[in-house]
Amino acid sequence: MATTKMKIKKNKAGGHDVMVLAKHPMETGLRKNKKTGEKIPAHFIQTMEFALNGTVVAQANLGAGVSKNPLIGIAIAGASSGDTVSVNWIDNKGEGDSAEKAVK
Amino acid sequence: MKRRIFLKGSLAAGTVAVAAGAGLLAPARVLAATWPEAAFAAKTEADALRAFFGDAAVVDSDKVSLKAPLQAENGAYVPIKVMTSLTDAEAIAVVVEKNPVPYVTSLQMTVVAGGMYSARIKMAQTSPVNCYVKAGGKLHKVSQEIKVTIGGCGG
Repeated sequence: MATTKMKIKKNKAGGHDVMVLAKHPMETGLRKNKKTGEKIPAHFIQTMEFALNGTVVAQANLGAGVSKNPLIGIAIAGASSGDTVSVNWIDNKGEGDSAEKAVK
Repeated sequence: MKRRIFLKGSLAAGTVAVAAGAGLLAPARVLAATWPEAAFAAKTEADALRAFFGDAAVVDSDKVSLKAPLQAENGAYVPIKVMTSLTDAEAIAVVVEKNPVPYVTSLQMTVVAGGMYSARIKMAQTSPVNCYVKAGGKLHKVSQEIKVTIGGCGG
């Protein structure tokens, strides 16, 4: 169901920017179904872990206040060519997805 | 009698030491994949900050910058980017004052991760967006007001 894409780019500081696009509805739990008037239950990504060569370097905490299909970017310093960057996210229903890419 | 007081005193000191120890251990726990539920449950900015960062002094800083639009056409997608030149940054938090859940998102990082965090956030209405970067026991703050013409929470 879920797709997660990752892009790695060199940044001006000499490190790399990692952008992750996760496909996710990010429901707040406040929205109502217009036809039935029922509340749509909350469904959002909670944590997104970034790892460099298997070691976790950063963790993003997301709430329902993050837009649908979140695009999250972080910078990693000290990654060199051939290193692998991976991302792993989990939502409030325990579902998750991961992606992995090598640094060019 | 004095001995008793002494014992009581040392017990109290012991408790303090344990508390300090727990505080010192916190950075190691940072990347243990825990979602800061208390911060997201907080209804006010101050509560959220206390839940996430603990007590820390807030300072306005020019070492943190926020790149965001002055006006967002759609509150459901407001792109923001926080950058910092602080090398000892531990965490970044984004707080939108007037959202139903003010604490929107945060990033906890190690030294390997550079000082950048970007995301697209929802904004219910025109509100100041405050970004906090924790470094060296202080909270470096940068703020910008973003005008919203269509809200993004609750559609």
